Amino acid sequence: MIAYTLRSLAQAVMVMLAVALLAFSMFRFVGDPVANMVGQEASLKERAELAERLGLNDPFPIQFANFVRDMTRGEFGMSYRQGRPVADLLRERVPATVELAFLSSLFALVFGIALGVYTAINRRGILANAVMSLSLVGVSLPTFLIGIGLIYLFAVELRWLPSFGRGDVVRLGWWSTGLLTETGRKSLIMPVLTLGFFQLTLIMRLVRAEMLEAMRTDYIKFARARGIPERSISFRHALRNTMIPVITIAGLQFGSVIAFAIVTETVFQWPGLGALFVQAVQFVDIPVMAAYLMFVALVFAVVNLAVDLLYFAVDPRLRGTTAAAK
Amino acid sequence: MRLKFSALMLGAAMALVATAADARAVKWARAADALTLDPHGQNEGPTIAFNGQVYEALITRDNANKLVPALATSWKLVDPTTWEFKLRQNVKFHNGDAFTADDVVFSFQRALQPTSDYKGYLANTKEVVKVDDHTVQLKTNGPNPLVADNLTTVYIMSKKWAEANNATKPQDFKNKEENFAVRNANGTGPFVLVSREPDVKTVVKRNDAYWGRGEAPLEITELTLTTIKQDATRVAALLSGEVDVVQDVPVQDIERLKSSPNLRVTEGPENRSIFFGFDVGSKELASSDVKGKNPFADVRVRQAVNVAINRQAIQRVVMRGQSVPAGSIVGPFVNGYKKEYDNVGQPDVGKAKGLLAAAGYPNGFSVSLHCPNDRYLNDEAICQASVGMLGQIGIKLNLLSQSKSLHFPALQNLKSDFYLLGWGVPTYDSDYIFSYLYHTREGTRGGWNATRYSNPEADKLIQSLSNETDLPKRNATITQIWDKLLADQVYVAIHHQMLAHAMKNDINVPVRPDNIIFFKDVAFKKS
Amino acid sequence: MRAPSPPRVTFGTRLWRAWDSDLAWSFRHSPVAILAAVTALILLLSAVVAPLIAPQNAFDAASLNLMEGFTRPGEPSAVTGRVFLLGTDDQGRDMLSAILYGSRVSLLVGFASVVFSIAIGVSLGLMAGYLGGRTDAFIMRIADIQLSFPAILIALLVFGVARGLIAPQYHEQAAIIVLIIAIGLSNWASYARTVRGSTLVEKNKEYVMSARVMGRSSLAIMGGHVLPNVIGPVLVIATINLALAIIAESTLSFLGVGVPPTQPSLGTLIRVGQQFLFSGEWWILFYPALDLVLLALSINLLGDWLRDALNPKLR
Repeated sequence: MIAYTLRSLAQAVMVMLAVALLAFSMFRFVGDPVANMVGQEASLKERAELAERLGLNDPFPIQFANFVRDMTRGEFGMSYRQGRPVADLLRERVPATVELAFLSSLFALVFGIALGVYTAINRRGILANAVMSLSLVGVSLPTFLIGIGLIYLFAVELRWLPSFGRGDVVRLGWWSTGLLTETGRKSLIMPVLTLGFFQLTLIMRLVRAEMLEAMRTDYIKFARARGIPERSISFRHALRNTMIPVITIAGLQFGSVIAFAIVTETVFQWPGLGALFVQAVQFVDIPVMAAYLMFVALVFAVVNLAVDLLYFAVDPRLRGTTAAAK
Repeated sequence: MRLKFSALMLGAAMALVATAADARAVKWARAADALTLDPHGQNEGPTIAFNGQVYEALITRDNANKLVPALATSWKLVDPTTWEFKLRQNVKFHNGDAFTADDVVFSFQRALQPTSDYKGYLANTKEVVKVDDHTVQLKTNGPNPLVADNLTTVYIMSKKWAEANNATKPQDFKNKEENFAVRNANGTGPFVLVSREPDVKTVVKRNDAYWGRGEAPLEITELTLTTIKQDATRVAALLSGEVDVVQDVPVQDIERLKSSPNLRVTEGPENRSIFFGFDVGSKELASSDVKGKNPFADVRVRQAVNVAINRQAIQRVVMRGQSVPAGSIVGPFVNGYKKEYDNVGQPDVGKAKGLLAAAGYPNGFSVSLHCPNDRYLNDEAICQASVGMLGQIGIKLNLLSQSKSLHFPALQNLKSDFYLLGWGVPTYDSDYIFSYLYHTREGTRGGWNATRYSNPEADKLIQSLSNETDLPKRNATITQIWDKLLADQVYVAIHHQMLAHAMKNDINVPVRPDNIIFFKDVAFKKS
Repeated sequence: MRAPSPPRVTFGTRLWRAWDSDLAWSFRHSPVAILAAVTALILLLSAVVAPLIAPQNAFDAASLNLMEGFTRPGEPSAVTGRVFLLGTDDQGRDMLSAILYGSRVSLLVGFASVVFSIAIGVSLGLMAGYLGGRTDAFIMRIADIQLSFPAILIALLVFGVARGLIAPQYHEQAAIIVLIIAIGLSNWASYARTVRGSTLVEKNKEYVMSARVMGRSSLAIMGGHVLPNVIGPVLVIATINLALAIIAESTLSFLGVGVPPTQPSLGTLIRVGQQFLFSGEWWILFYPALDLVLLALSINLLGDWLRDALNPKLR
């Protein structure tokens, strides 16, 4: 158990370091850090001094070590574009993105499972086939088109929902949430739908495929032979066994949902990390890009670790083979 | 919640004190944010327009463009080179500091520092002197009749506050420096800064201790500036009621908004011209395929561009009629304007090609065009259209369209060969255009002259304007300068802008040529 | 005595075998697949021959007439009187030509990035499966990372870095190549996984070991045996990834970090069209969006059919 945990932890750290290396390379090789911080009137002497101060003359490994040390202390440097500490920017924007990502994952999970089960059970039904076709159309629609369409319908034509932003948010410490105000909740509806849609189709098809597989296995056939009612078979037996891979995948997807939010946030002018990242790319604001990368890597590493541990707890086969290489 | 609460409290307090009308919070939407809250950091329209809610100058203009007192109650010439301003008494900054002559001296000196973008307004200032707590004298190098006109956007900061917060030097914007004043503000104006999230939302609340309480309605209790870059979203936000005032109405939506029963649209000409600038001074263009010489150094090439641009098509299709085709970068509001400067003919591709061939470029050449995409009305569309128009005469443009916060530093750092720029004239005098855009780049002048154009004769004439008190003579000199400069075709003007604002029915905000909305003057109409 | 040589296989025989195979049978009996294939083919062909059939060269800014901008579909332009089947956009571009040229860019980027992904993915998968051990673990870990980071993020990153590295005047020309690399780098892992799996299986078979003893190069063995087994799944992944690549390109163009606005792809046209949608000039958004969705949908349907047809479990 301990060895397993340690190994997972070690892998997580490796991933973080690899991403840090990438982020650091961006800093050093993309554009000239000195030129980015100093004006055209600066003399050569001033530039040399700045280079020394920034530690640009140290050997590469030392610079990298300093970089990693700064990151762990939460110092991500100053944004080239806004002239503010990147850490502040991140802190401001994280709640918006996390709230959006979490709610859309929840939405996708709940409806994805429900629809997946439905279409698996009623394999030949008309409604089920319609849902499957619609899901295919959904996968072919780029996220931003869905967003534009929703805004056009619900904000411009019908005027039911706000067309941009988070509405009024309530601050709780350094967090801010839109769930406690009416405009906040209304503002969440369309972005959550847009962001969750792709995931929903994914989960739905996964659940359907897994359930169909499960329905064909021997133990289900025996259960049917024994006379257990179909309903009980579907839900108590087949569904339960599909939950593990589904939840695993949904969990793993959470990290990527955070990044997927980039497009949704841009379309709805949602003040989150994704919109911040797109701006950073447009302005070549390297510190922000690097910090965002580290954040996503962190989420990915944490989620992967959690899933590994969850697997270990749930799958008895793993426990007996800790000695064997995974 | 905290914002709603404070608005509620303010509203309650106001209900006790206010005379008539309801008072409420107003949401204000613009296409792009103020670049900085440092009043001397960036001489740019939306920045000035926002900072003008929180800060004030000595003198301001009313809606008829007349100079009226603001922080100065009167001003006069005491001798040919000395202006004396009598300052308003009993004015306090938002943090409680009293407003005195020290603050005026400090602010003007700050605006003259090397990193300030407002040096041009005080060009020719020898020194600023405090006479007593409420009197200031500004001494100029030689007589200068226009000092008062130049001061309407030089905002006054509190010396004590700036010193206490290490903000005595203006922000060096093009080098991305930041100081305390960039995100914090302490002015004398009708609104007090509550919070600032750049590019997202900035909130100000009513200054109840404002000295102008009696004169201005000041019915807005809280003002929120929201930046909505996408045109469609901005208009949708107004239509759905999420915002109350849209200052930058996209031209394609004006008709639709006019026909909406709950909205009002105001229109008017702006004191701003849009034009192309060329690098005429470098030996070789960095982004061109022509090596060893600079095509734009030849006036015939510039004239070819001038003749190839189809202003009528731009007016009709890109601006939907909301522009006035221009032949020079001086507009109808500005002293020194002559109607004949705007006599633009129809575009002539043959003539343009002939000019290019005469200059030695029969097959044209390629070059990069720098263009902002979030500052002027349809700026990117204008540039795109120009790609086509210049393509027809053989000049292949490589379009670099980016945000103004990248575009402006590129110009100021002399990194562009060919660019789009717009220029407003807050002083309503040609000298302003000359000083910033035509004069050789040195000292306090030429700050936005990214063309590297340097004409010593013109420079001398321009400098003489600051000292000429004989107005007819001065105007004659101005005409002389324009004749010289227009012959050199340093810039190719496209059009003078027109503006439209859109708002809820109970608000009436007229369009000012300087595109500033003074929200303290808004009185809610009861329908 | 030498073993008799196998009968010669002519091209005609191959064609007959292909027509009669299970795959083709499945295709012929699936109306959805046929419809999808026909749609995709039409869109693909029209994009390829766009310069020949388009009324206007949408990428040549100098050939546009600004005065013809915002013309409604089917109606004559107010100034020149020309009629445009699908209307014109804000620069006077004929929408029909615009979507033909635009889908050209989208398809070019889509196909090229898929080829790029396959090149990387298959080579890395072969390496991982064949060399095993640390190399295997290392490559698979990187593949895991790539699978978790969505394509958009990786593509944006590559784009941002490229923009910092390349001088501004080359941005326009480099844009398409950068796009292809960016999208290609974000989609190779699934190929790597599949190829690695097949390599592992083949590697342990006896004939491989005996061939190695005899002196044949492992690469030739892999090429001869792994590759044919792996083509099916790779093709399935490729079709799905093609649709994803096209959507990725349109998303990047929509965000403003894709192809330059003077050579608009479908995503760029949608971005421009969005501004005018709410003002009533709906056709600037609608037709490119329709083209994009049809393209992605038909490719997705084909991929779906292919996956079902090649899946042994469902037969």
